[in-house]
Amino acid sequence: MDPSLLARIQFAFTAGFHFLFPPLTIGMAWIVFALMNRWNRTDDPADKAAAKFWFGLFSVSFAVGVATGITMEFQFGTNWAEYSRFVGDIFGAPLAAEALFSFFLESTFMGVMIFGWNRVSKKTLWFSSLMVAVGSTLSALWIIIANSWMQTPAGYAMRNGRAELTDFFAAALNPSTLPRYTHVIAVSLLTGAFFVMGISAWYLLKKRHEAFASRSLRVGLVTGVIAAFLVLSFGHWHGVQVANTQPEKLAAIEGLFQTEKPAPGIIFAIPDVKAKKSRFAIQVPAMLSFLIYGEFDAEVRGLGAFPEEDWPPVLLTFSTFHTMIGLGFAFIGITLLGVFLWWRGKLESTRWYLKMLMFALPLPFLGSQVGWITAEVGRQPWAVYKVIRTVDAISVSVPAYQILISLILFIAVYALLFGLWVFLLRHKIHHGPEEA
Amino acid sequence: MTHEILQVVWFFLIGVLFVGYAVLDGFDLGVGIWHLFFKKDGERRALLNSIGPFWDGNEVWLLTAGGAMFAAFPGAYATVFSGFYLALMLVLFALIFRAVALEFRSKIDSPVWRARWDVAFAVGSILPALLYGVALGNILRGIPLSVGGDYTGTFFGLLNPYSLLIGLTGLAMFALHGALWIAVRIEGEPAERALGWAKSAWYAYASLFVLGSIWTLAAQPHLLANFRAAPVLWIIPLLAALAIVATGQYTRSKKALPAFIASSLSIAGLWGIVGASIFPNMVPATGDAALSLTIRNASSSHLTLTVMFIIALIGVPIVLGYTIWAYKTFTSGGRLAADEKAGGY
Repeated sequence: MDPSLLARIQFAFTAGFHFLFPPLTIGMAWIVFALMNRWNRTDDPADKAAAKFWFGLFSVSFAVGVATGITMEFQFGTNWAEYSRFVGDIFGAPLAAEALFSFFLESTFMGVMIFGWNRVSKKTLWFSSLMVAVGSTLSALWIIIANSWMQTPAGYAMRNGRAELTDFFAAALNPSTLPRYTHVIAVSLLTGAFFVMGISAWYLLKKRHEAFASRSLRVGLVTGVIAAFLVLSFGHWHGVQVANTQPEKLAAIEGLFQTEKPAPGIIFAIPDVKAKKSRFAIQVPAMLSFLIYGEFDAEVRGLGAFPEEDWPPVLLTFSTFHTMIGLGFAFIGITLLGVFLWWRGKLESTRWYLKMLMFALPLPFLGSQVGWITAEVGRQPWAVYKVIRTVDAISVSVPAYQILISLILFIAVYALLFGLWVFLLRHKIHHGPEEA
Repeated sequence: MTHEILQVVWFFLIGVLFVGYAVLDGFDLGVGIWHLFFKKDGERRALLNSIGPFWDGNEVWLLTAGGAMFAAFPGAYATVFSGFYLALMLVLFALIFRAVALEFRSKIDSPVWRARWDVAFAVGSILPALLYGVALGNILRGIPLSVGGDYTGTFFGLLNPYSLLIGLTGLAMFALHGALWIAVRIEGEPAERALGWAKSAWYAYASLFVLGSIWTLAAQPHLLANFRAAPVLWIIPLLAALAIVATGQYTRSKKALPAFIASSLSIAGLWGIVGASIFPNMVPATGDAALSLTIRNASSSHLTLTVMFIIALIGVPIVLGYTIWAYKTFTSGGRLAADEKAGGY
């Protein structure tokens, strides 16, 4: 068995699984904070019950996020030793900063919140919920800084047989950090919002805890509609940045095999890599040129302009990218519909819409997964774009059979964790918030 | 600061991070080691609630130490993590199970559910408590390295007698530390029991420390080179031994808090011995000593070490500030009763 393929599958699986949780918990941390804010203002036991309820779901999810997150820090060393040696001078610092500035903050104040409900003041709990939200949001910044450096490396020089830091701020604020970070945070708010909306909708459909559910639904909807637009805006900013800094990736995700002037935007197609064309294409003329450059006659480079050994996998990146875009528009549609129904006073009574919200709950999770596949598979064959290839980045001292063992264990253990997570969420949801 | 000075500073800082981890998460692991010895649900809940507010933050010291290793000495991080692959995966899965066991155990009101998670919590604590020492033992002993810095031995090669001895010493150390934490934080009869077990753990700890010291003096000459060159360093093992003796004295005279403090100092002392022995190596190589990973050949660039130092100067005081506040807040209510029902766990 090929150790580099096994290492890639393991990283993709563990990273993908881990990333089910941070967007949810970052989004929910802010929603919980908003509810804690409200409780501090009103001193209403119903507001306290609402905050406590959503915090309960949050903390179960947070635990799985922490557990699966430790894996990630270990894995750079265990499976990507060559990578760690080659770019560790730049990559290691953001990870250390993430632990020092963010993990300590969120973990310590989570402890206060879980154990402090009957012990510390309302204000202290409010402050703790803010620190948890800030800590987790900050943690995303550091890891996105590190991951973005892999996409658009900057502030470094090749010295002593490795990449060495020459400018910390240039490396941290490399061209893709801010577009990606803002996009990820918006996605997190969206994920938290749809989670709260979906569960609130269920309560309303069952006619249980209706006052609580109605209020939570509205908090979720406001968050969700703002987040949906932010996701699209920041996503667009990111797309333009990808076109300028990683043209091979742009060509692959857009299914553009030949350089075209102007370049069409492909809504649907089946890319055929052997034949080097996108089949059954439904496309809008000049749309890609306009989206990227703001001009209807701009030239966009296709895959053909680059050596084939530098092409990312086209079918996978094209399909995940387009799925993500489709979902992005769906989120705008769903939340706008909700706002319209709210304006008409029909939000809680339109049962088909509540059902839609319930079924839409997993969609932001799906969006994150396909988005990350686009981002990371789209960077292939590079581990760090134009600096070190993925095949050259693995640990040479780890035999394939050991990776197979750990991979099988991860799949089994994570499947168990997922089942337990869903089980505990359902148990808590069934129980509902404390009623006065 | 020059590159050379920063390399020494980071050797020391990473040591401090590992000491912090061992002292703090050390009592979490120690509580886990004794968890199944307590049979009543109320007692087990009290144990979990005693570490509840702190364990997650304590565990972050490990992530910070690992992250700092990656940032400051990426060569050493890469070699150790990839070389000890299966052992580290075992530790990782244990930590994962410990984390979810702590969070999930009391969420469903079913004795079967709780019993299963109690086992997961115990195993998730015992395994790392043992394996950390085994890993450290291998570092002390030295491991075979290639020219590229990669480990060239096998998984079973890591389970050599010397490393297993260090592993058992660590296990005894954590067990003692955890038992003393229980004696400090829980009230009544369970605390008495814990003090009794602490006494036994101390005998194991002290004997293994003596055995390990004799073995090192006799069979690991490379670990004595620094002490021969600078005999003032002998004060470190001396202080460590004194701390161990003090822990034993306080334990026997049932003074739990002084015993816990002495135990913490002994942990720091043991790490001091490790640091003094291997400096300036991070990963000594058996065979050709020139292949050892040192603070000189495995470190990051001057700029990175400087940036990291600034990050540490900003971050560490802030972390210490709110950590101390959290400990004060959650230990100020007196000891926990062993029929604790109102805790978060």
